[in-house]
Amino acid sequence: MLVRRVSNGMEGSAQREVFIPITCMHCEHETPCVSVCPQQAVEVDKATGIVMQMPQRCLGCRYCMTACPYHARYFNWWDPAWPAGMEKSLNPGVAVRMRGVVEKCNMCHARLHSAMAKAAAAGKREINLADYVPACVEACPTAAIRFGNLADQNDPVSHEARSPDAFRLLARLDTEPKVYYKSKEAWVKALAESKSGPGSEVKRSEVKHG
Amino acid sequence: MASTALADSRWIARGEERTSLPQFLLWLAPWAVVLALGVYAAGLCLYYGLNQTNMDNRFAFGLWIFLDLGVIALGAGAFFTGFLVYILKRAELQPILNTAVVVGFICYSGAVGILMIDVGQPLRAWFTFWHPNTHSMLTEVTFCISCYLLVLCLEYIPILLRNRQLRKLPSFLVFEHQLHKLVPVLAGVGTLLSFFHQGSLGGLYGVLRGRPFAFREGFFIWPSTFFLFILSAIASGPSFLMLVTATVEKVTGRRLVPQELFQRLGFISGVLLAIYIAAKSIDTLIWLNFTSPSMGFAPWQYYSYKPFGLPIVFAEIVLFGLLPAFLLTYRRTAKRRGLLLSAAALACAGILLNRFVLTVQTLALPTLAFDDFLHYTPSWQEVASFGGVLGYGVIVYSLSYRYLPLFAHAKEGGNTHVSGS
Repeated sequence: MLVRRVSNGMEGSAQREVFIPITCMHCEHETPCVSVCPQQAVEVDKATGIVMQMPQRCLGCRYCMTACPYHARYFNWWDPAWPAGMEKSLNPGVAVRMRGVVEKCNMCHARLHSAMAKAAAAGKREINLADYVPACVEACPTAAIRFGNLADQNDPVSHEARSPDAFRLLARLDTEPKVYYKSKEAWVKALAESKSGPGSEVKRSEVKHG
Repeated sequence: MASTALADSRWIARGEERTSLPQFLLWLAPWAVVLALGVYAAGLCLYYGLNQTNMDNRFAFGLWIFLDLGVIALGAGAFFTGFLVYILKRAELQPILNTAVVVGFICYSGAVGILMIDVGQPLRAWFTFWHPNTHSMLTEVTFCISCYLLVLCLEYIPILLRNRQLRKLPSFLVFEHQLHKLVPVLAGVGTLLSFFHQGSLGGLYGVLRGRPFAFREGFFIWPSTFFLFILSAIASGPSFLMLVTATVEKVTGRRLVPQELFQRLGFISGVLLAIYIAAKSIDTLIWLNFTSPSMGFAPWQYYSYKPFGLPIVFAEIVLFGLLPAFLLTYRRTAKRRGLLLSAAALACAGILLNRFVLTVQTLALPTLAFDDFLHYTPSWQEVASFGGVLGYGVIVYSLSYRYLPLFAHAKEGGNTHVSGS
C-alpha cells in the first residue's frame, strides 16, 4: 500500500494536507487488470468481489500494471531477501512470491481462507465476519481503515460508503472501485475524482512509504 | 588465408561480385561487438532480473516495448510485399520480395527476443498458450506474432536453401522446391496473421480504460488504434524496405533494384500514409471532442506537459505524415532519389514517433489528479539489449546478402557507383 501525501496547493495558513492510502480498488466492472492479463492470472472472485492475483501463473509482462490507473500493482523487481534470522518471522499461511511476478493487495486472502476453514470446522457455510480482517485494517492504530461487506445494506461499512462524505477515486472511469474514502473537505473530493483532470492546480504528491 | 578465401567464394552465388572475406569480416566486426554487448546486457537482465532496467512500478513498460512496437511496424513490409506480389499479383515488386522476407524475419525475431527479456518469467511464456485469456489483446499479439514468425521462418528457408553450396544437396533442393510452392499460401496466412497482430498491438493501449490518453472507442471489440496500427504499419513497411535497400546499395556501391521500383514502393507508401493520416486526424478529433470529455477528462491538459505538447501532434500529422505522403506520391519529387528516400525516412520516423507517443507518453501522463508527470530514462542494459538486436539484424542481413540470392531478380549493376541523389 502506498500512502500519498497530497496538499491543496495553497501557501501559509490556507495550506491543507491529507494522506490518501492507495491500494487495489478491486474494481467490479470491466476490471482493467483482469481483461488484459494474457494468461488469466488475474480474476474477480464472484463470491467476494475480491480481485485475485495468481503469482504462480503470472508471466511478469506487467500489462496489468499499465492498465491500472491507480498504480496499485507492484512488480517483484528483486529476489525476496531478508536479514539473517528474519525468515523465521515469515507468515506460514502466505507463500513468498518470487522475483519477476506482479503482486497486489488481495484483501489478505490467506486470512479469508483460514476464516473459511474455521467456519467449515464448525460445520458452517458462512464465515464469521469477525474472523476475517485484512492486516492493514488490523494494524491501523487510529482505525482509519475499515473493512466490511458492501453488498450488505446493514453492514456499517456499507452504510458509511453511502454517506455524503464518501467518494471513490476515478469513479468516472466506470470501473466500480470498491474502496471508498471519506472526507468532509470539498477540495479532497474534487481532487480524488480528478474533476479538473490531470494537470489541475492541485497535484502535489509524495510517496510516504511502500 | 588464401584457401579460406577460396572456400568462402564457393558459397557465394556464381557470377556475383562480393567484397573480399577480410573486408567483409572487418565490416561485421563492430556489429559483432554491438551484438556481444547486447547479449551480455540481456544476460544480466535474465540472470539478475529486471532490476537491471530503469523501469519501476509506475513506469512498467519502457524502451523495449516502444522499440518492439516500432520494429514490428517497420517489419510490416515483409507481409505487405508478399500480399502485393502473391495475392494482388503485383509482379513488379518481385525483386524486393526476398529482402522483404529477410528484413521481416530480422525485425520479428529481434522483437520476440527482446520480449522474452522484457517479461519477468520468460520460462512461463508457454502459459499464454496453455491458459489463454481470449479477451486480452496481448494474447492475440502473442499467438499471431509466434505464428507469423514461424511463417517468416518458412519463407526464409527457401531463400537460405538457394545458397550455392546448399543447392548441391538433392534433398535440400527438393525441399526448397516444395516449400517454394507453398510460398503464396504462406503469404496469405502471413497477411492474415499480420493484420491481426499489427492491429492488436494498437489495441494493446487502445483498450486501456484506465489510461484516458490512449483509450479509444472502436468497432466491435477493437478500438480505433487497432485499425490505425494496421494502416500505419503497411504505410511505413514499404518505406522501410526502400531505406534498407538504398542503404545496402550505398554500402555495396551497386544498383540492386531499378529506380522505378523505388518510386512504386514510395507511391504505395505515400497513398497509404495519406489514408492513415486522414484516419488518424479523424480519430484524434473524435478523441478530443467526445471520448476524453465523456470520461471526464479535459484532453488539452494532456498536452500541457513539456515536452509532450501540441508540437508532437503537429509533427506526427504534418511533418511526418502529410509532408512525406506528398513527397512520395507527387511524381516530380518522387523521381528525385534523395527526396524520395528522405520522405521514406520521414514516414518511418513518424511511425516510430506514433509508437513512442502511445507507449511512453501514455505512461508518463498522470491519470489521478494528484499523480505527477512521470520520468523515465532507460538503463544502459536496456539500450544495449536493443542495440544487440540492431547488431544481430545487420549481421544476419549482411550474411544473407553475401551468400544468398537476395536480389536475384534484379540485374545487378556490377560496380556501378550509386549516387546519393
